[in-house]
Amino acid sequence: MSRAEPRAGQPGPPPAGDATGGRTDTGADAGVVAGPATGPAAGPVAVRAPRPGWTLGLFRSELVTVFRRRRTQALFAVLAGVPLLVGIAVRIETRNGGSLGGGGRGDGGPAFIEQVSNNGLFLTFAGLAATLPFFLPMAVGVVAGDSIAGEANAGTLRYLLVAPAGRTRLLVAKYVSVLAFCLAATLVAAVSALIVGFALFPVGDVTTLSGTSISLSAGMARALLIALLVAASLVGIGALGLFISTLTDSGIGAMATTVGLLITVQIVDSFPQLHVVQPYLFTHYWLSFADILRDPVSWTGIGKNLGLQALYAAVFGSAAWARFTSRDITA
Amino acid sequence: MAQPSTAQPPADVVIETRGLTKQYRGTLAVDGLDLRVPRGSVFGFLGPNGSGKTTTIRMLMGLIAPTAGSARVLGSPMPRAGRSVLPRVGALIEGPALYGFLSGRDNLLRYDSADPTADPRTRKARVAGALDRVGLSAAAGKRAKAYSLGMKQRLGLAAALLQPRELLVLDEPTNGLDPQGMREIRGLVRELAADGTTVFLSSHLLDEIEQVCTHAAVMARGRLITQGPVAELAAGTRGRLAVTGPDPAQAARVLAVHGVTGLTTDGQRVTGDLPADPPDLAEINAALVAAGVRVRGFGLERASLEDAFVALTGEGFDVAG
Ligand SMILES: Nc1ncnc2c1ncn2[C@@H]1O[C@H](COP(=O)(O)OP(=O)(O)O)[C@@H](O)[C@H]1O
Ligand SMILES: [Mg+2]
Repeated sequence: MSRAEPRAGQPGPPPAGDATGGRTDTGADAGVVAGPATGPAAGPVAVRAPRPGWTLGLFRSELVTVFRRRRTQALFAVLAGVPLLVGIAVRIETRNGGSLGGGGRGDGGPAFIEQVSNNGLFLTFAGLAATLPFFLPMAVGVVAGDSIAGEANAGTLRYLLVAPAGRTRLLVAKYVSVLAFCLAATLVAAVSALIVGFALFPVGDVTTLSGTSISLSAGMARALLIALLVAASLVGIGALGLFISTLTDSGIGAMATTVGLLITVQIVDSFPQLHVVQPYLFTHYWLSFADILRDPVSWTGIGKNLGLQALYAAVFGSAAWARFTSRDITA
Repeated sequence: MAQPSTAQPPADVVIETRGLTKQYRGTLAVDGLDLRVPRGSVFGFLGPNGSGKTTTIRMLMGLIAPTAGSARVLGSPMPRAGRSVLPRVGALIEGPALYGFLSGRDNLLRYDSADPTADPRTRKARVAGALDRVGLSAAAGKRAKAYSLGMKQRLGLAAALLQPRELLVLDEPTNGLDPQGMREIRGLVRELAADGTTVFLSSHLLDEIEQVCTHAAVMARGRLITQGPVAELAAGTRGRLAVTGPDPAQAARVLAVHGVTGLTTDGQRVTGDLPADPPDLAEINAALVAAGVRVRGFGLERASLEDAFVALTGEGFDVAG
């Protein structure tokens, strides 16, 4: 049988249809399956080379797939609901013009909660302060933990890899989609809080934690900055969840492990006796975002938080890469 | 003639393995496999459940690393050359896997966008073409979770047909299909083969391999028992001579005189193996008649692949490895 050998690395037009080799043993009942006779071109296929622009398709597909999942939408609903509940609770408490908690601070409610009834913009800060310790990182843990393990569990991972998505590229696409989810989840909570705050409470100039006053628009700019910092605070647990996701073929297992680790770290972070390890916990500087509301802004804690998140991303991102590029895909 | 570049196996071999071995913790799933799949063949990869077919295919596709040995697919080493080899290979591995919350069409769009050599401008048309090819156009907008097993299997096949392929690797493609679905898949395989695509088809069904394959390899307990053109494999076991009539005992005596061995009598039927240097069958028939044996039926039964398998492994085909 004589056939042209495909030359490697030479993208070209599809081969001409006349290259059918010398086969004569066509089955008698060929063509039972309905469809036009526009089958694959005959003979060896021209070698297609990857195009840099075309590789972006995987990233878009990954984002679309994450955001179209019911689970993702349910998480968004929870994140939008928390500020709504907080807003309604504050509104009911202060119905008669009184202020929350009798004006006293530190009685266990989330930060900024006392100012909400005076200025609805503070619901954005209170809403983020209320969701950052658990709801937001839990949502990220679910999405990141499921990212690889869920596809392995469903078997779709093997088809992505033989497509071939490429292991490194797929892992990067997964992490990018996790980061996009961090940002989207934070914005959902923040925008919900902003809308509820403006709808239920008066708004006006913002009194900073230092006691100075800034305009509403300046206050809203700081709210946006805070939302971005909160999203950046989730980079570490996203990388941790991605790494855990490469360890197992059980999506549920990876999600549960990641969320369990989050809770453990939060508990460890709350014991003063364990202060030696606390500066290395990814949750430790999370509430530093409040420093944005000082005048002037204090950047020390924020810088430590961002540095720690970058460290987690580097360490667990590398671990995930080392694991995922070498493991057997048997699911 | 083909002009293979140097240091590459000849272009007429699309899969070649040397001592390919995979050991899972306890089990030796694949043991020293030397496989050669000629270009243009419909290659049946036959073996009972658990004989190592899927494990071999996973190694060929770069999903798992061999414990020992090497594999070349389309002339390049796997898994190292996956980026250049896999776009030219369509694969169905251990059943289809789909995103249940996406429609059949969106499933294919996702798999296609994972291929960096797939042109996004032709993506929609290629997806529609693949759906059409497997007869799923009408159900393309339905969520995949509502698909029957047969429809899922077809969608998996469609994913393998998103691009023109040089090699199709189909792991038990008719699993879970009804007889009509099986016939359709076989028809599709023949159609693709007629277009010049090499098809590597694993199955635990002997008649499936006999019906569609030009070549076959037989696996048992992780070992390659034999490989070659299907006709040769079946010919390897000589057919058995069968004589039917009311005088089986006399018939057996006459046959034994003519060197027929392994005689077994089953009611009115006597069967036996012809000697290595077979006499003219007409002579044997004449001898039977001359001895006064009444003969109702006389003839050579063609050996099937199943006979070949039993002869090669010394065990029934249904024994799991
Ligand atoms: N992930 C795995 N871990 C351990 N053993 C496995 C794994 N996958 C397959 N095996 C074992 O390897 C052998 C071959 O399996 P497989 O390749 O799936 O066979 P086949 O596809 O021919 O039915 C079986 O004994 C099976 O139990
Ligand atoms: Mg199998």
